[in-house]
This record gives sequence, C-alpha cells and structure tokens, in this order.
Amino acid sequence: MSSATTARTAPAYLEKRKRELVTPEGIAVPVTIATRGSRLGALVIDVLIIIFSYWLVSLIIGSIASGVMGPAIDNLEAEVSGAAEFLNILYILAGFVIWYGYFLVQELGPRGATLGKRAVGVRVAARGGGRLTPEAVIARNLLRDIEIFYPLVFLFVTMILSIAGIDGGSYIWAALLWFLVFLLFPFFNKDAMRAGDVIAGTWVVEAPQTKLADALSTQGAAVQGSSAITGAKYEFGEEELSVYGEHELQTLERMLREAQPEALAAVHETICRKIGWDPGAGDERAFLEAFYTQLRAKLEGGMRFGVRKADKFS
Amino acid sequence: MNSLSPARKLSSWLGNSEIAAPTDIESAALRSDRFRLEREEDWQRLEEIVKRMESGGLRKVDDEDLLALPTLYRTAASSLSVARETSLDAATLSYLEALVQRAWFQVYGPRKGFFAWFRGFIFGGWSRAVREIWLDICIALFVMVAGAVVGWLLVAQDQEWFYRLVPVSLAGDRVPGASRETLEASLAVEESTGGLSTFAAALFANNAAVCILAFALGFAFGIPTLLLLVYNTALLGAVLWLFFDAGLGVEFSAWLSVHGTTELFGILLSGAAGFHIGRSMAFPGNRTVLDAAQESGRRSAVVMVGNVIMMIIAGLLEAFPRQLVEGHEARFVIGGAFLVFWLAYFFLYHPRPVVNAETDTREAEASA
Repeated sequence: MSSATTARTAPAYLEKRKRELVTPEGIAVPVTIATRGSRLGALVIDVLIIIFSYWLVSLIIGSIASGVMGPAIDNLEAEVSGAAEFLNILYILAGFVIWYGYFLVQELGPRGATLGKRAVGVRVAARGGGRLTPEAVIARNLLRDIEIFYPLVFLFVTMILSIAGIDGGSYIWAALLWFLVFLLFPFFNKDAMRAGDVIAGTWVVEAPQTKLADALSTQGAAVQGSSAITGAKYEFGEEELSVYGEHELQTLERMLREAQPEALAAVHETICRKIGWDPGAGDERAFLEAFYTQLRAKLEGGMRFGVRKADKFS
Repeated sequence: MNSLSPARKLSSWLGNSEIAAPTDIESAALRSDRFRLEREEDWQRLEEIVKRMESGGLRKVDDEDLLALPTLYRTAASSLSVARETSLDAATLSYLEALVQRAWFQVYGPRKGFFAWFRGFIFGGWSRAVREIWLDICIALFVMVAGAVVGWLLVAQDQEWFYRLVPVSLAGDRVPGASRETLEASLAVEESTGGLSTFAAALFANNAAVCILAFALGFAFGIPTLLLLVYNTALLGAVLWLFFDAGLGVEFSAWLSVHGTTELFGILLSGAAGFHIGRSMAFPGNRTVLDAAQESGRRSAVVMVGNVIMMIIAGLLEAFPRQLVEGHEARFVIGGAFLVFWLAYFFLYHPRPVVNAETDTREAEASA
C-alpha cells in the first residue's frame, strides 16, 4: 500500500464502496454503499412480505365475503351484492395501497428502510448529505415498477413465448433490450444507483449497528504485565515490535476478540517465529495480549508524531 | 510500559474482578484506550437515545435527552475524528463510525412523516409543482393534440387504420361501419349501480398504472413518454372520428367529458412530469446531469402523487356519473366543472409556501 492511500487498511473492494458525507456542521460521516447483492436480497424479502400480505388480505376479505353471502343469500339479494361489491373494491384498493404504501411509509420512517432493507442492514439516504425528503422517497419508488417488475414480467413472457415456439417478432427483442437497460442500470455506475435513485437523489448505504466491544488493554496480560497462568512477563524490544504494522495489529485484535484457542496457538507460533522467539505452549493468550498492547502502544506513539506504518511491508 | 503504576499494581493484587470493572480508566495500559473509556458513557447514552428514536420516533424520547442529542452527536463525531488520528483499536473505530452515522440520520432524518407532508401537498405544494413544469405541460399538450389529429386523419383516410390503432378488446362493437344505434347504445346510461364501483376501482388501477408508466418512461430523455402520449391520443382521435362520422359527435364528447377532463388532464400532467425529467437530463444547463435529474425528479414526483388522486376521481366519475347521468348537457356540465376546478386549483391557487419556512426554522434550530 502506498503512503498516498489512507493508512486504514481495508480490502480494496471495501475501500471502493466507502463514501464520505459532509454534514452541515462540516463533520465527515463515513458511509458504505450497500452491495447490489444485499439490495437484491432486501427486495426479495420485501416482495415476499408483500405477497404474504396480499394473501392475508384476500383471505380475510374472502372469509368476510363468505360470511356475508352464506346466511343472507336467500332473502336480501340486492344488499348482498352491494356488500360483495364493497369488498371487491376494498380488495383492489388494498392491492394498490399495499404495493406503494409499503415502501413509502417505511422509507419515510426514522429508520429509512423497509423490513427487507433492515433485515440485510441497509437504508436509504439522500446523496451528498442532505435531508431525506418525502419527495425523494416518492420519486425513487415510482420508478421501481418500470425498473424491476416490468422487465422481469417481460423476460418471463418472452421466455414462455420462445419455449412455445411463437415468434414474437423483432419488437420483442427491442423491448427486452430497453427493459434490460433499466434492470442493469445499477451495474453501470459506481454508486450502485438504480434509475429511481438517480431521479430522487438518493442512494442506499449500509446501516451498521455495532456494539461497543470491550477495551482490550484493560484485560489480562495487557494490564497485569504478566501471565495469570505462568506468571511469565512478556517484554518486547524495539526490534521485535517493528516487524508488524497496523494491518497485522488489527488482524490480531480481531483474533483476540473472536478466535478459538487453536487459532490463537497458530498465530502465537507464527509471531514467535517471526521475531525469533522459541514458541512455548499453554500461555498463548497472555503472550498475544501483551504483544498486542505493546505493539499498539508503539504504533500509536508513532501516530502522535505523524509516523504511520500501514503493514509489515512498509 | 516497563514499570507498573501503583494503581495497576493494586488491581493486579486484588485479582480479576477488579480488573474487569470497565470504568477503571486508570487501568487501561494505552492512552487511546483511556481516551475511549473516558468518553464511552456519552457514546452509549447517545446510542440509547438514537435506538429509541429509531424504534418509535420522537415520542419515546424525553425532553432532557432530546436537548442533549445535538451535543452528544457532536461529541461523538469529534471523538471519531480524534480516534482516527490516535487510536488503532479497530473495534472502537467501527463502533464510532456506525454510531455517528446513525445519530446523523436521526438528527438530519426526515422531518415530516407522510401525513404532515401530505397536508402541505394538498394546500399548495401540488399546485406549485404543477406550475413549475408549465413548459413541459405545454409541450405534452401539443403532442397530445397532434396525436389526436393524426389519429383522426389516418382513420378518415383509410378505415383500416382504425383496427391497427384500437385494440379489439377495447373497441367491442364500436367499429367503423357499425350502425348508429349500436354506437348510441354504448353511450347510454346503465340501469343500476351494480358492478359499477368495481369497474371504477379497476379503472383507477389501470389509469394510475398508465400514468406511472408515462412518468417512468420520461427517464429515457422523455422520448418514450411522448410516444406513449401520441399513441394514446391517436387512439382517441380514431374513436372520435368514428362517432363524429356516425353523427354522434356531440353525444360522444359529452359522454367522454364527464371523466375525460380529469383523466386526460392527469395523463397530460404525468406525461409532462416524465418529459420534465427527460428534458432536464438531456439539457441540464450549468448543473451536472445527476443534479438536474434529482431536482426535476423530486418536483415531478409531487405532480405524480397528485395524479394518483386525479385518477381516483376520474375512475369514480367514469363509473358512476358517466354511466348514470343522462343527457349530454348534464354530462358537459359535470365534465366542464371539473376542468374549471382543476385549472383554478393549479393556476389560480397560490398560497404562500408556509411549509418551507417552517422546515427552514427547524433546520436552523437543529444546527444551532
């Protein structure tokens, strides 16, 4: 990694999705553009929920209808047909309201996300750090039909036609191409915006909800300075600490927080070999905690003087 | 790092339970961790407030927390920028980034829910948006009139065109050569309302879908929108010719005007809204294409919400008065009254934009 890029060591594919919003107070808020895959996942969940609610509504209306129809069918036919008609209208309007209301109301809520988006951990945000307005949410949802559902229906129909051996003519292919432009739009811009996002001035970003993990340097050998098991005191010299950089430090941090003892043993062995120590056994965690704390103290000390070491190669 | 401070010596003698206490800031071996331990209480309070706001809006947050929110948000944000320069604790950094982002979305989240927005929309927002796209309305109107004229002329020259323009399912008995009686019967009133309300709901769903399509197609520089308008009005022109040819021009116009003034106006507006987007993307002027698309898209979206309302009204008119009211004078009166109403609402109704001023003060308060 060259010194020009940021010292925060993240994989290139992650770095590519990082954006910075600048708030009105001038604070830079980091955001990550949601992946196209996660957005597809969110859409699938939302569509399933919508289909389920359609089904539920038709079930309820159907049971009411049979309740209305059943006993009264002989005596008051005019009223029965009126009630049945009312239910029919209710059904058609419910379809419309569920379809558009589902996205509108939820994306305008404080979470800015539908249930599907929440499930995959993404949300809608205004591009460039403004406020998310109702107009924007409406605009992005009005285009959803033409972008996703018409193309899919059309693809499906074309497939059936070609299987049945009916030649739809060249206009079918022209229309298919036209719909594909919308369907594939998110793949041709770096912010993964669909046409609705372009119109509305929005984008979909990741909405991480991280818990604050414990501070590592207040635990175990990091603070005691010696192992609780063996009583050994690990002290590392300047030379031994200078083999690794920030990337390795943060990898080690992740291991200490999450990894199993066997994995820690492997890391322990690798580090010992690298710094020329004789790897023992049974006290890996204390060794690694001490190493982590001292390496971090050294690297952070360097940071305060403007010296950063991105990884072991720099 | 070589010698232990007295406090840490003490805690190591006392055993693990003392060490685990998270508030023991002095026990942290690193400066960056002490920085974090000193501030994490504020961060966690902010997280708690944000979590409550996310789950239930402002109602769940008491006044004291609400007042503290901007300060806590800025504390967290400045902690983040300090931590980025002094700490290598990846867990803390990612926690802070997520926290600041979530808090930012709440501090600068949507001010208004859908219903508050809708009130502002009915009282001024809608008509303002319509007036803002007047040029596109003129262009769409021209295209629609031209389409109708073309449809008329084509069918007048060669009646074969009628079958090409009008789908069979739509035409039914109404084809060239049909007797005057058949055509007249299709304009007659229905005996009862039976089935008409379902018809209205179905019409609404259909019309709204056409409008949304006309709008959405505007994204491709407006060309498909115009084609859609031309096609639909050519169809209208063909049917008009059919009835005028049979000497039923006035009756047909009356029958059509009941819902047509609202429906065609709605189609005109959605075509104009779609074209507005296409035009501003093709000719963005000094703005970037994205900015132009965004600005026109939001304006058009407002027009489109209004269109859905117009389509509900058109569907109701089409199902009830059109089929039940007899006599073309009465039909003209209904249709004309709606046309006058829409024109007055869009072009004479100029309330002051109260809503925007309100939002501005709120924004100023939020950033103060």
